[in-house]
Amino acid sequence: MQVPAQVEYEKATSVTQALSLLARYAPGARILAGGHSLIPMMKLRLAQPEVLIDINPIQALRYIEPVAGELRIGALARHADLLADELAGQHFAILHDAERVIADPVVRNWGTIGGSLCQADPSEDLSAAFAALKGSMIIAGPDGSREVPARAFHTGPYETVVGPAEMLTEIRLPIRPGSGSAYVKVARRAGDWPIGAAGAAVWLEGDRIADVGIGLTAVGAEHFVAAEAEEFLRGQPAASDAFARAGQIAAQHCHPAPDQRGPVSYKRHLVGELTARVLRTAVGRARGLAP
Amino acid sequence: MKITVTVNTTDYTRVVEPRLLLIHFLRDDLGLTGSHWGCDTSNCGACVVWLDDTPVKSCTLLAVMADGRRVTTVEGLASGRQLDPVQEAFAACHGLQCGFCTPGMMMTARWLLDNNPDPTEAEVREAISGQVCRCTGYENIVRSVLRAAGRDGAGA
Repeated sequence: MQVPAQVEYEKATSVTQALSLLARYAPGARILAGGHSLIPMMKLRLAQPEVLIDINPIQALRYIEPVAGELRIGALARHADLLADELAGQHFAILHDAERVIADPVVRNWGTIGGSLCQADPSEDLSAAFAALKGSMIIAGPDGSREVPARAFHTGPYETVVGPAEMLTEIRLPIRPGSGSAYVKVARRAGDWPIGAAGAAVWLEGDRIADVGIGLTAVGAEHFVAAEAEEFLRGQPAASDAFARAGQIAAQHCHPAPDQRGPVSYKRHLVGELTARVLRTAVGRARGLAP
Repeated sequence: MKITVTVNTTDYTRVVEPRLLLIHFLRDDLGLTGSHWGCDTSNCGACVVWLDDTPVKSCTLLAVMADGRRVTTVEGLASGRQLDPVQEAFAACHGLQCGFCTPGMMMTARWLLDNNPDPTEAEVREAISGQVCRCTGYENIVRSVLRAAGRDGAGA
C-alpha cells in the first residue's frame, strides 16, 4: 500500500493567495496541480513536502486563448483541454501530436500543462514541444511576474528556474506565418514514457528553412533542444537530405543514458530517424501538404 | 481537515488527513467499495471515478482535493433498481470475467457515451487505453461499450 507521508494542506483560490501561502511556507511547500506526478513521488518518498498548496480551485488559470499574436495557455489547463483545443491544433500541430501520446485519456483529464513542465521530468513530452516552438513561460512571484524563454526554463532533471516562492502561471507561444510542426514518440507500450521522442517546428521562406526549433525528449539533450542540428538547418533548403543530416547531428550531440528501455546506440539511432521524420512532417504541414 | 464531498448525490462530511487518497476515502471512510483499489500508480484504472463530470484515477488524488466537489462512483450508475445501459451491456456481452477492472471500465464507458454517443471501435479502445483488464477480456469489454451505444451485431 502506497500512502504519502503526513503533509499539511492549503487551498488557494487565486494566484495572489497561492503566492502568499508560498511566501509563508516556502521552501517546504509544493504547489499541487493535477498531482499526477507529485502524488506518486510523495507515495515513494521521492518528494516529501511539508505543505501542499492546492491550486485546482484557481479557475482563472485554466484557459487556452489567442492574445496579441500569441497562444496563451494557463498553467492549470488540463492535457485534455490542450488536445481538444482547435486553435492549438491548427497553429501548433506538434502539441496535438504530443498530447495524443501523453499517458492515457483519464490521466490527461486531470494532469495539467503547468504541472508537467514544473515536474521537469527528462522524459516528459511537452518540455521538448515548447522548446521546439520557442515559447516562453510566465512565472509569478512576490515581486511580480517575469517571462523566461522555454529553453531557459529547465536547469536539470526535475529542476526549473521557478523559485521556492514562485509559481508558473502561463505558457506563451508565438503564432508565426509559414510554420509547421510535428512530434513523434517511440515507447514500449501505449501510455508509457518514451524510449526517445523528437519534435520540430519550422518556419519557411520559399523553399528554405528560415528558422527551426528541434526538441528532444528522454535522450539527454541540454534544455531538451538539438541546438547544433538547428544551427545546421537554418538557411538550408527544406529537403530530405538536409533533414537526414540534421538527424545525424542531433543524434551525435545528445547524451542518452542506457537503461531498460534500450542501449545508447539504439537511442541515438532513434534520435536520428525521428528528427528527420518530424522535420519532414513539419515542412509538409507548413506547405499545407500534410494533415 | 473537515471536508464535504457529494458522492452519488449524497453529501458526506468527514474529518480526514490531507494525505488520505480519494480511493481510500470512498472505500474505507464511506464504505463504497464498488471502486477498486488496484495498482496504486495511476496505470490500471480500476479506481476510476468521476470528479465533477470527468473520469479521474482516484488512487492519484487526495480526498481533500474533492472537498466541495461531486464524485460519481459505480454505485451511482444505476437509477434505483434500473441498471444503466452500460451495466446491462456488460452483463449481456460478458464484459467482465473476474470483475476487478469493471467499475473503472464502466465509469469511463458511461463518460465516453455521454460525450460521443456513437463511437467507433477505435474510439472505444482509445477511451479505455488507460485501463487494464488482467483477464485480458478486452474484446468483450469493447463489444459491451458498443452495445451500450446501440450498435446491433456488436456482440452478445
